[in-house]
Amino acid sequence: MTAVPLSWYLILSAVLFSLGVAGFLFRRNLITMFMCIELMLNAVNLSMVAFSHKYEQIDGHIFTFFVMVVAAAEAAVGLAIILTVVKNRKTLAVDELNSMKY
Amino acid sequence: MDTLLFFTFAAIAVLCGISVVVQTHPIKSAISLIGVMGSLAVLYLLLGAEFIAATQVVVYAGAVMVLFIFVIMLLNAESEPKGGRSWPAKLMGIPLLVILLGLLSYVIQIWNPDPQEVSFGSFTGGGPREIGEALFTEYLLPFEVTSVLILVAILGAVVLAGGGGKESER
Amino acid sequence: MNFYLLSLIKAAVVAAALMTTLAYLQWVERKVIAHIQLRMGPYRVGPHGLLQPIADVIKLLTKEDLIPGHVNKLIYLMAPFLAVSLALISISIIPFGPEIDVFGIQTYMQLTDLNIGVLFLLAISSVSVYAIALAGWASNNKYALLGSLRAAAQMISYELPLGIALAAPLLMAGSLSLREIVDAQGGYFFGVIPNWFVFQLPAPQVFGFVIFLIAAFAETNRIPFDLPEAENELVAGFHTEYSSLKFASFFMAEYANMITITAITTTMFLGGWHPIFPVEYGSAFAPTAIFGLAGVMAAYHAMHTIRRRDRFTLPGVAVALLGIALLFLVPMVQTWLLPLFWFLAKTGSLLFLFIWVRGTMPRFRYDQLMRFAWTFLFPVSVVNLFATAFLVAVFGS
Repeated sequence: MTAVPLSWYLILSAVLFSLGVAGFLFRRNLITMFMCIELMLNAVNLSMVAFSHKYEQIDGHIFTFFVMVVAAAEAAVGLAIILTVVKNRKTLAVDELNSMKY
Repeated sequence: MDTLLFFTFAAIAVLCGISVVVQTHPIKSAISLIGVMGSLAVLYLLLGAEFIAATQVVVYAGAVMVLFIFVIMLLNAESEPKGGRSWPAKLMGIPLLVILLGLLSYVIQIWNPDPQEVSFGSFTGGGPREIGEALFTEYLLPFEVTSVLILVAILGAVVLAGGGGKESER
Repeated sequence: MNFYLLSLIKAAVVAAALMTTLAYLQWVERKVIAHIQLRMGPYRVGPHGLLQPIADVIKLLTKEDLIPGHVNKLIYLMAPFLAVSLALISISIIPFGPEIDVFGIQTYMQLTDLNIGVLFLLAISSVSVYAIALAGWASNNKYALLGSLRAAAQMISYELPLGIALAAPLLMAGSLSLREIVDAQGGYFFGVIPNWFVFQLPAPQVFGFVIFLIAAFAETNRIPFDLPEAENELVAGFHTEYSSLKFASFFMAEYANMITITAITTTMFLGGWHPIFPVEYGSAFAPTAIFGLAGVMAAYHAMHTIRRRDRFTLPGVAVALLGIALLFLVPMVQTWLLPLFWFLAKTGSLLFLFIWVRGTMPRFRYDQLMRFAWTFLFPVSVVNLFATAFLVAVFGS
């Protein structure tokens, strides 16, 4: 074949998304869990760009742009929260961050 | 040529994705995530989304991941201790996952046979001019709201990570 | 001709020229700084120290290639490689000249033209932060980590004014592709003043040029912004634990970054390969005049030499310079050599400015550096962008 069917891009997006979910559920380090969230967001971006290619419209790209911007803002605030949590609880393992009372 | 590029960079993306999940040290996970983002940028180029590919590298791989790496270095994060899981889970987990994904892909392919193929150069409407026109005419409100969102995020991050204002000397 | 073969030949030519320029840029820097400090610089290795870069390369290659036991091997080995490859890759979209005709093959004097060229440059400069940050972290050494975190924070802080100062000429050019940006700077107004973006009405980019240059100093970690690799403060900054070829890679990466960013400045603000005054007033003879003058001066000095050996070498230098002057008169060579000469002249002047500032100014303290970026340079670049946008909207480009 000389070209790739569109569904393969969607399957790749599904694989990356499920890897992100698996990482989020199985890892215990707070920062690694956050990185798996970013992986999930990237997988969704890929499927949006793929659909934008299919329908020959620019709207998928615009949505992707907004997802990127929101992910950047979320990363900034999330990492600031993680810094504060670590400063107070002195641990990064989510198993030990299980009570609101300090 | 398109097929070769797609397979190479899809393989790199999946391998780096597995590496993000599997590695014990957060820095190695972060570097693998940068690999994922880079290979996704190439896949965006194959899909004709040149502006999004450049934005992915500048914003995601160049700013967000730098932030992650800074925080990991600041916190001096260490490798996760190896947790014990039951051996049937470890033995049957990965094959079952692969079978599930394969079944899902096959079913999706059968139900939505999409004959359209992606060839490099078939979609040329992804350049900066088209994105600019769409952003400033049809999607102007989300654009402005996102600017306010970023401002709020900057303020939040400065307040949270800057000590909360109690210990600041002015 | 086959597209792949042509690209391969162009890439090989540009890579070879760039690596040679890297090595001799170091020689030029040492000579210029030495003369600023009233001494001679490299003098003994070859005539006037011209073989000094080769001696340095041999020295660095034959040193013991030591990998300390406490480093993180994969990242430690990857970081200098990343630094050099990213520094060299930005040169691939810089236009050196117009479309030329070489042995019947029509090609642009540019490796490739992307229609998102400026975004590509910003992307490369964003990713090159990783090389420094990971190098310092992998070395497992507190001086290296501190130096690398400072360098990375400095680089990402100055990327903002760099990008925003770069956005203002784009408003006047109307395109992100570097070839079209250079084409928009051709022509002259009032018959004499070149149409470069620093001079082009309605919005002469003088402030943008200065902001971009200051941000360029910070991006390449040059004085006055070189605290992260300050020799007398942090041992050697982020390349403390590196030796031999890997250290040479970081060195090469710094000079390659300098060349790349001066080339970008020339392309965006100073008109790329366009001459400084129109062809009608004889700009085709300017390089001939310059090299001819240099050759005549060498010949004059060859007649009253002070040292005995100069009686044999100076006439040779004079003949070489006059030969180059005559080369610029050959019409077949003029089509590609003249634009290249103007491009190199402008880039070379900016590189001389970089070296001159290094020899002259003290370095900023780290908090002064960061405060300068966030409280002064960033707002000024935003005001510059607003002013340019207003002028372009009112008067049209």
